[in-house]
Amino acid sequence: VAITRDQVRQVAALARLHLEPDEEERLTADLDHILEAFVRLQALDTSGVPPTAHVEDFGAVLRDDEVTNPPADDALLANAPARDGRLFRVPRIIE
Amino acid sequence: MSTLYDLGVRDAAARIRRRELSSVELVRAALARVAAVEPQVGAFLTVCEGEALATAETIDRRVAAGDDPGPLAGVPIGLKDIICTAGIRTTAASHILEHFVPAYDATVVTRLKRAGAVILGKLNCDEFAMGSSNENSALGVTRNPWSSERVPGGSSGGSGAAVAAREVAASLGTDTGGSIRLPAAFTGVVGIKPTYGRVSRYGVIAYASSLDQVGPFARDVGDAAVVLEAIAGHDPADATTSPRPVPTWRDVLDSGVRGLRLGMPKEYFVEGMQPEVVAAVRAAIAELERLGAAVEPVSLPHTEYAIATYYLIATAEASSNLARYDGVRYGLRASTPGGSLGDMYERSRAAGFGREVKRRIMLGTYALSAGYYDAYYLKAQRVRTLIRRDFEQVFAHCDALVTPVSPTTAFRIGEKTDDPVTMYLSDILTISVNLAGLPALVAPCGVDGAGLPVGLQVIGKPFDEATALRIGAAYELASDWHRRSPLP
Repeated sequence: VAITRDQVRQVAALARLHLEPDEEERLTADLDHILEAFVRLQALDTSGVPPTAHVEDFGAVLRDDEVTNPPADDALLANAPARDGRLFRVPRIIE
Repeated sequence: MSTLYDLGVRDAAARIRRRELSSVELVRAALARVAAVEPQVGAFLTVCEGEALATAETIDRRVAAGDDPGPLAGVPIGLKDIICTAGIRTTAASHILEHFVPAYDATVVTRLKRAGAVILGKLNCDEFAMGSSNENSALGVTRNPWSSERVPGGSSGGSGAAVAAREVAASLGTDTGGSIRLPAAFTGVVGIKPTYGRVSRYGVIAYASSLDQVGPFARDVGDAAVVLEAIAGHDPADATTSPRPVPTWRDVLDSGVRGLRLGMPKEYFVEGMQPEVVAAVRAAIAELERLGAAVEPVSLPHTEYAIATYYLIATAEASSNLARYDGVRYGLRASTPGGSLGDMYERSRAAGFGREVKRRIMLGTYALSAGYYDAYYLKAQRVRTLIRRDFEQVFAHCDALVTPVSPTTAFRIGEKTDDPVTMYLSDILTISVNLAGLPALVAPCGVDGAGLPVGLQVIGKPFDEATALRIGAAYELASDWHRRSPLP
């Protein structure tokens, strides 16, 4: 399969995951090793076989458009890593 | 004379409802048992002493007033720590949620409480339910009560260990690729992975949404059935739950196995398995035959593709589900002075997730990324269809399948942590069931030369937990394995 370190960097960027150099190196080897073990899948003929995303098709489940959850209160906001009253604080995103 | 912590779910609830025993006494006995054995087991991440005693008092008052609190009246139960509990820390055994306190109960918790249960505490597991040994927990080590050098299995290792060590009579775990069944087998207790859609996932921290399912652990099949009845059924808050009615499973337990057709998939009895596991499972199947079941060899030809299929689908779903941990509204936020929002995301996730979780996020992101989607994710979904069809074909002429749970008994702590692929292979006999969405029950059926438990797996047709429970109950009636206890 031969996963490269560059690919690992690209995937980490997509996954919003900062990796240290030693983690990059280890994950390159790990992903290569895992995908190598999975290579037998590629040899299996699946032409004409539909994919399964879910074992049961529940169709479109509808409900009335009503608010059923309680309003955001202190129990929710108490988990905020940084808050300002009823707002979550984050680094500035607009200059 | 048995002690209070030896009481099973039905026995304890019956005594409490008859006022022969108070829930407060039972909860105190459980707390004392936890204090006595936790140093060597390590199943709990949080013990809810105050809340449990307060609930027990309420239950006792209700019974005294002539009210019936329900089938689980006053019985202490443990929950895998990925099941949200209002006001009680829920960590997913991860640093990223180490201090997370949910604002609401998962539906299964609401239903347990409605049935009269007392939540005793939160149980250790692999981080975000990703693992087969419990060694991926970021918050503690859980040891197998049968041998402190051995893993309890994963990912619901604390749920199996707590029941085996008689800290609780029952617990809940989740099973995405074997995470209830493997620890049940390794710790010698009963575990049930229900049909996909049987039990609500609302409030259960998501790993792989098309595979995850909540189910019970208990020391016998009847107790597991009563707990499953309490939590099963349609939930408007989870659109993937089935509207099918929930049977009264405890009524089918005495039906026996006479006339049932049981399939033995040849791919589940292969070279390289521990001979004592194969021998114990074959002996259990012979016992079922003696009790009147007809056993026939069957084949599930795509079994060899199940591991790869599962680890592509599950990690793809996980990479999406775990995108929510960004350090904004809850969970760990890394300090990034002067950094951008992006820096905050990347550093928080780097600091909060453990090695296996990162590995699975990376694998899943890769399998979904442009240029690889067709070759990996879509390919795996097509093979998933073939694996489902294998089961449909054998279930056309079989009522259930009987198999081992794992190729070996509980392995040593540290034995498989160096190579992820070796660890993934622990799931080879459990994983297809999740891909096909089937129910499966595990019950103890023997021991190996070191005295470690062996489990029998009974796989049912979709929504036919009843037949698996019947088979498990009939086997249990003819055997004593479920009566063994690892700790005095």
